[in-house]
Amino acid sequence: MSHDQDHDHAHVHRFPPRPDQDDTLTYYRAMETAVRELLIDKGVITADDVRRQVEDMDGRNAGRGAKMVARAWLDLAYKQRMLANGSKAAEEIGLDVGPLKLVVVENTSSVHNVIVCTLCSCYPRMLLGLPPDWYKSRNYRSRMVREPRAVLAEFGTVIPPDVAIRVHDSTADMRYLVVPKRPTGTENWSEAELARLVTRDSMIGVALANEV
Amino acid sequence: MGGLPAGAVEPSEHDYALWEKRVDALMMLLSRKDRRLLTVDELRRNIESLGPEAYDEMTYYERWIYAITQTLIQRGVITVDELGRKIEAVKTREAQRA
Repeated sequence: MSHDQDHDHAHVHRFPPRPDQDDTLTYYRAMETAVRELLIDKGVITADDVRRQVEDMDGRNAGRGAKMVARAWLDLAYKQRMLANGSKAAEEIGLDVGPLKLVVVENTSSVHNVIVCTLCSCYPRMLLGLPPDWYKSRNYRSRMVREPRAVLAEFGTVIPPDVAIRVHDSTADMRYLVVPKRPTGTENWSEAELARLVTRDSMIGVALANEV
Repeated sequence: MGGLPAGAVEPSEHDYALWEKRVDALMMLLSRKDRRLLTVDELRRNIESLGPEAYDEMTYYERWIYAITQTLIQRGVITVDELGRKIEAVKTREAQRA
Protein backbone atom coordinates (compact mmCIF):
# COMPACT_ATOMS: atom_id res chain seq x y z
CA MET A 1 0.00 0.00 0.00
CA SER A 2 1.55 3.29 -1.06
CA HIS A 3 1.29 6.61 0.69
CA ASP A 4 3.50 8.47 -1.73
CA GLN A 5 0.42 10.10 -3.20
CA ASP A 6 -0.11 11.86 0.09
CA HIS A 7 2.35 14.53 -0.91
CA ASP A 8 -0.24 16.81 -2.50
CA HIS A 9 -2.07 17.55 0.71
CA ALA A 10 1.16 17.56 2.68
CA HIS A 11 1.87 20.91 1.04
CA VAL A 12 -1.22 22.45 2.53
CA HIS A 13 -0.90 21.33 6.15
CA ARG A 14 2.58 21.25 7.50
CA PHE A 15 2.12 18.15 9.63
CA PRO A 16 -0.85 16.20 8.34
CA PRO A 17 -1.52 12.97 10.19
CA ARG A 18 -1.01 10.16 7.72
CA PRO A 19 -4.39 8.53 7.18
CA ASP A 20 -5.15 4.80 7.20
CA GLN A 21 -2.46 3.95 9.66
CA ASP A 22 -3.67 3.48 13.18
CA ASP A 23 -7.29 2.84 12.27
CA THR A 24 -6.75 0.48 9.32
CA LEU A 25 -4.99 -2.80 9.81
CA THR A 26 -2.64 -2.90 6.85
CA TYR A 27 -0.46 -5.95 6.27
CA TYR A 28 2.63 -4.24 7.65
CA ARG A 29 0.83 -2.80 10.63
CA ALA A 30 -0.34 -6.30 11.48
CA MET A 31 3.28 -7.42 11.07
CA GLU A 32 4.43 -4.78 13.55
CA THR A 33 1.86 -5.87 16.12
CA ALA A 34 2.69 -9.55 15.59
CA VAL A 35 6.47 -9.08 15.86
CA ARG A 36 6.16 -6.85 18.93
CA GLU A 37 3.87 -9.34 20.67
CA LEU A 38 6.12 -12.29 19.79
CA LEU A 39 9.13 -10.47 21.21
CA ILE A 40 7.19 -9.68 24.38
CA ASP A 41 5.96 -13.31 24.66
CA LYS A 42 9.55 -14.50 24.37
CA GLY A 43 10.80 -12.06 26.98
CA VAL A 44 13.14 -10.27 24.55
CA ILE A 45 11.48 -6.93 25.30
CA THR A 46 8.61 -5.79 27.49
CA ALA A 47 5.56 -3.73 26.58
CA ASP A 48 6.91 -1.13 28.96
CA ASP A 49 10.23 -0.96 27.05
CA VAL A 50 8.31 -0.12 23.88
CA ARG A 51 6.12 2.47 25.57
CA ARG A 52 9.10 4.18 27.17
CA GLN A 53 11.10 4.17 23.95
CA VAL A 54 8.21 5.77 22.05
CA GLU A 55 7.84 8.38 24.79
CA ASP A 56 11.54 9.11 24.73
CA MET A 57 11.54 9.79 21.00
CA ASP A 58 8.35 11.84 21.28
CA GLY A 59 10.17 14.04 23.77
CA ARG A 60 13.00 14.76 21.35
CA ASN A 61 12.52 17.70 19.05
CA ALA A 62 14.51 20.46 17.42
CA GLY A 63 14.40 22.49 20.64
CA ARG A 64 17.37 20.45 21.83
CA GLY A 65 19.53 21.30 18.86
CA ALA A 66 18.34 24.91 19.02
CA LYS A 67 19.57 25.16 22.59
CA MET A 68 23.04 24.05 21.51
CA VAL A 69 23.12 26.49 18.61
CA ALA A 70 21.95 29.43 20.73
CA ARG A 71 24.59 28.62 23.33
CA ALA A 72 27.24 28.52 20.60
CA TRP A 73 26.13 31.92 19.27
CA LEU A 74 26.54 33.42 22.73
CA ASP A 75 29.62 31.66 23.96
CA LEU A 76 32.61 31.49 21.61
CA ALA A 77 34.52 29.10 23.86
CA TYR A 78 31.53 26.75 23.91
CA LYS A 79 31.28 26.95 20.14
CA GLN A 80 34.93 25.97 19.79
CA ARG A 81 34.39 22.97 22.07
CA MET A 82 31.29 22.05 20.08
CA LEU A 83 33.10 22.18 16.74
CA ALA A 84 35.92 20.09 18.22
CA ASN A 85 33.64 17.46 19.79
CA GLY A 86 29.90 17.72 19.25
CA SER A 87 28.96 14.78 21.45
CA LYS A 88 30.85 16.16 24.46
CA ALA A 89 29.41 19.64 23.94
CA ALA A 90 25.89 18.22 23.90
CA GLU A 91 26.53 16.31 27.12
CA GLU A 92 28.01 19.44 28.66
CA ILE A 93 24.60 21.13 28.56
CA GLY A 94 22.72 18.01 29.60
CA LEU A 95 21.69 16.70 26.19
CA ASP A 96 22.00 12.96 25.75
CA VAL A 97 23.20 11.97 22.28
CA GLY A 98 23.79 8.31 23.03
CA PRO A 99 26.73 6.42 21.55
CA LEU A 100 26.72 8.18 18.19
CA LYS A 101 29.41 10.60 17.18
CA LEU A 102 28.03 14.09 16.67
CA VAL A 103 29.92 16.35 14.29
CA VAL A 104 28.93 20.02 14.34
CA VAL A 105 29.64 22.20 11.32
CA GLU A 106 29.31 25.97 11.23
CA ASN A 107 27.92 28.21 8.51
CA THR A 108 29.97 31.32 7.85
CA SER A 109 29.97 34.12 5.30
CA SER A 110 32.02 31.86 3.00
CA VAL A 111 30.64 28.35 3.67
CA HIS A 112 27.14 26.94 3.86
CA ASN A 113 26.74 23.39 5.21
CA VAL A 114 23.92 20.96 4.58
CA ILE A 115 23.37 17.37 5.69
CA VAL A 116 22.01 14.33 3.91
CA CYS A 117 22.12 10.57 4.29
CA THR A 118 22.53 8.99 0.86
CA LEU A 119 22.52 5.48 2.36
CA CYS A 120 19.24 5.67 4.21
CA SER A 121 18.03 8.15 6.80
CA CYS A 122 20.78 8.80 9.37
CA TYR A 123 19.94 12.03 11.12
CA PRO A 124 20.80 13.76 14.40
CA ARG A 125 17.60 12.29 15.84
CA MET A 126 18.81 12.64 19.43
CA LEU A 127 18.81 16.42 18.98
CA LEU A 128 16.12 16.97 16.35
CA GLY A 129 13.67 14.08 16.77
CA LEU A 130 12.59 11.80 13.93
CA PRO A 131 13.49 13.06 10.45
CA PRO A 132 10.88 14.59 8.15
CA ASP A 133 9.71 12.50 5.18
CA TRP A 134 11.53 14.56 2.59
CA TYR A 135 14.88 13.94 4.31
CA LYS A 136 14.33 10.23 3.71
CA SER A 137 13.04 10.67 0.16
CA ARG A 138 14.83 9.34 -2.89
CA ASN A 139 14.84 12.77 -4.55
CA TYR A 140 16.55 14.55 -1.65
CA ARG A 141 19.13 11.81 -1.12
CA SER A 142 19.93 11.43 -4.80
CA ARG A 143 20.27 15.06 -5.71
CA MET A 144 21.65 16.82 -2.64
CA VAL A 145 25.14 15.42 -3.26
CA ARG A 146 25.11 16.32 -6.96
CA GLU A 147 23.26 19.61 -7.23
CA PRO A 148 22.93 21.07 -3.73
CA ARG A 149 22.33 24.63 -4.93
CA ALA A 150 19.36 23.56 -7.01
CA VAL A 151 17.91 21.47 -4.18
CA LEU A 152 18.41 24.30 -1.67
CA ALA A 153 16.67 26.69 -4.06
CA GLU A 154 13.68 24.31 -4.05
CA PHE A 155 13.53 24.90 -0.30
CA GLY A 156 13.59 28.64 -0.97
CA THR A 157 17.19 28.90 0.18
CA VAL A 158 19.31 30.66 -2.40
CA ILE A 159 23.01 30.60 -1.54
CA PRO A 160 25.14 33.29 -3.24
CA PRO A 161 27.57 31.88 -5.81
CA ASP A 162 30.60 33.09 -3.84
CA VAL A 163 29.56 31.00 -0.82
CA ALA A 164 30.85 27.42 -0.97
CA ILE A 165 28.41 24.64 -0.19
CA ARG A 166 29.58 21.63 1.80
CA VAL A 167 27.36 18.58 1.78
CA HIS A 168 27.87 16.16 4.66
CA ASP A 169 26.80 12.57 4.11
CA SER A 170 25.79 11.03 7.43
CA THR A 171 26.43 7.45 8.49
CA ALA A 172 24.99 5.15 11.10
CA ASP A 173 27.72 6.10 13.56
CA MET A 174 28.31 9.74 12.66
CA ARG A 175 25.65 12.42 12.58
CA TYR A 176 26.00 16.04 11.61
CA LEU A 177 24.36 19.18 12.95
CA VAL A 178 24.60 22.54 11.23
CA VAL A 179 25.08 25.77 13.20
CA PRO A 180 23.31 28.37 11.06
CA LYS A 181 24.57 31.94 10.91
CA ARG A 182 23.33 34.13 13.72
CA PRO A 183 20.77 36.59 12.33
CA THR A 184 21.69 40.25 12.45
CA GLY A 185 19.87 42.45 14.92
CA THR A 186 20.07 39.92 17.75
CA GLU A 187 22.73 41.62 19.84
CA ASN A 188 21.99 41.33 23.56
CA TRP A 189 19.40 38.61 23.01
CA SER A 190 19.12 35.87 25.61
CA GLU A 191 19.82 32.22 24.87
CA ALA A 192 16.11 31.37 25.00
CA GLU A 193 15.23 34.21 22.63
CA LEU A 194 17.94 33.16 20.20
CA ALA A 195 16.90 29.51 20.36
CA ARG A 196 13.48 30.44 19.00
CA LEU A 197 15.10 31.57 15.74
CA VAL A 198 16.82 28.23 15.25
CA THR A 199 14.55 26.03 13.18
CA ARG A 200 14.96 22.34 12.53
CA ASP A 201 15.54 23.01 8.83
CA SER A 202 18.27 25.53 9.61
CA MET A 203 20.13 22.82 11.55
CA ILE A 204 19.79 20.43 8.60
CA GLY A 205 21.07 23.25 6.42
CA VAL A 206 18.17 23.50 3.97
CA ALA A 207 17.17 26.85 5.47
CA LEU A 208 18.71 29.78 7.31
CA ALA A 209 17.84 30.71 10.88
CA ASN A 210 14.72 32.85 11.08
CA GLU A 211 15.29 36.55 10.56
CA VAL A 212 14.33 38.99 13.27
CA MET B 1 21.35 6.37 -4.67
CA GLY B 2 23.55 9.41 -4.01
CA GLY B 3 24.17 11.31 -7.24
CA LEU B 4 21.50 9.57 -9.32
CA PRO B 5 19.12 11.75 -11.30
CA ALA B 6 15.80 12.29 -9.54
CA GLY B 7 12.88 14.69 -9.39
CA ALA B 8 12.09 17.75 -7.30
CA VAL B 9 12.17 17.38 -3.53
CA GLU B 10 8.63 17.41 -2.17
CA PRO B 11 8.68 19.19 1.20
CA SER B 12 6.41 16.54 2.66
CA GLU B 13 6.15 15.45 6.25
CA HIS B 14 3.57 13.92 8.52
CA ASP B 15 3.03 13.25 12.18
CA TYR B 16 4.14 9.70 12.73
CA ALA B 17 1.40 7.22 13.56
CA LEU B 18 1.76 5.16 16.72
CA TRP B 19 2.53 1.98 14.80
CA GLU B 20 5.36 3.81 12.98
CA LYS B 21 6.79 5.05 16.28
CA ARG B 22 6.63 1.48 17.55
CA VAL B 23 8.59 0.21 14.55
CA ASP B 24 11.19 2.84 15.33
CA ALA B 25 11.15 1.79 18.98
CA LEU B 26 11.64 -1.88 18.04
CA MET B 27 14.68 -0.99 15.96
CA MET B 28 16.20 1.03 18.80
CA LEU B 29 15.43 -1.60 21.44
CA LEU B 30 16.70 -4.56 19.41
CA SER B 31 19.92 -2.83 18.42
CA ARG B 32 20.78 -1.76 21.97
CA LYS B 33 24.04 -3.02 23.40
CA ASP B 34 22.39 -5.32 25.92
CA ARG B 35 20.48 -7.13 23.15
CA ARG B 36 22.39 -6.72 19.88
CA LEU B 37 19.69 -8.55 17.92
CA LEU B 38 19.78 -6.12 15.01
CA THR B 39 22.51 -4.13 13.33
CA VAL B 40 22.08 -1.24 10.93
CA ASP B 41 23.82 -3.36 8.30
CA GLU B 42 21.20 -6.09 8.64
CA LEU B 43 18.43 -3.53 8.43
CA ARG B 44 19.94 -2.05 5.27
CA ARG B 45 20.65 -5.39 3.63
CA ASN B 46 17.10 -6.56 4.19
CA ILE B 47 15.62 -3.28 2.96
CA GLU B 48 17.78 -3.42 -0.14
CA SER B 49 16.71 -7.01 -0.79
CA LEU B 50 13.25 -5.57 -1.49
CA GLY B 51 14.54 -4.00 -4.72
CA PRO B 52 14.11 -0.46 -5.97
CA GLU B 53 10.33 -0.83 -6.50
CA ALA B 54 9.92 -0.94 -2.72
CA TYR B 55 10.60 2.79 -2.60
CA ASP B 56 7.47 3.41 -4.65
CA GLU B 57 5.29 0.69 -3.24
CA MET B 58 6.03 0.75 0.48
CA THR B 59 6.29 3.51 3.04
CA TYR B 60 9.43 4.06 5.08
CA TYR B 61 8.32 2.21 8.21
CA GLU B 62 6.74 -0.55 6.15
CA ARG B 63 10.22 -1.22 4.74
CA TRP B 64 11.65 -1.07 8.25
CA ILE B 65 9.24 -3.53 9.84
CA TYR B 66 9.79 -5.85 6.91
CA ALA B 67 13.58 -5.66 7.40
CA ILE B 68 13.38 -6.01 11.19
CA THR B 69 11.16 -9.08 10.79
CA GLN B 70 13.47 -10.66 8.21
CA THR B 71 16.46 -10.10 10.50
CA LEU B 72 14.69 -11.73 13.44
CA ILE B 73 13.82 -14.74 11.27
CA GLN B 74 17.39 -14.96 9.90
CA ARG B 75 18.75 -14.89 13.44
CA GLY B 76 16.26 -17.51 14.61
CA VAL B 77 14.68 -15.21 17.18
CA ILE B 78 11.26 -15.88 15.64
CA THR B 79 10.14 -18.44 13.07
CA VAL B 80 8.10 -17.94 9.92
CA ASP B 81 5.45 -20.27 11.36
CA GLU B 82 4.94 -18.38 14.61
CA LEU B 83 4.91 -15.11 12.72
CA GLY B 84 2.24 -16.36 10.33
CA ARG B 85 0.09 -17.64 13.18
CA LYS B 86 0.51 -14.40 15.13
CA ILE B 87 -0.40 -12.22 12.16
CA GLU B 88 -3.57 -14.28 11.65
CA ALA B 89 -4.41 -13.92 15.35
CA VAL B 90 -3.90 -10.15 15.18
CA LYS B 91 -6.14 -9.89 12.12
CA THR B 92 -8.87 -11.99 13.73
CA ARG B 93 -8.69 -9.94 16.93
CA GLU B 94 -8.90 -6.64 15.04
CA ALA B 95 -11.79 -7.89 12.91
CA GLN B 96 -13.73 -8.83 16.03
CA ARG B 97 -13.03 -5.46 17.55
CA ALA B 98 -14.32 -3.61 14.45
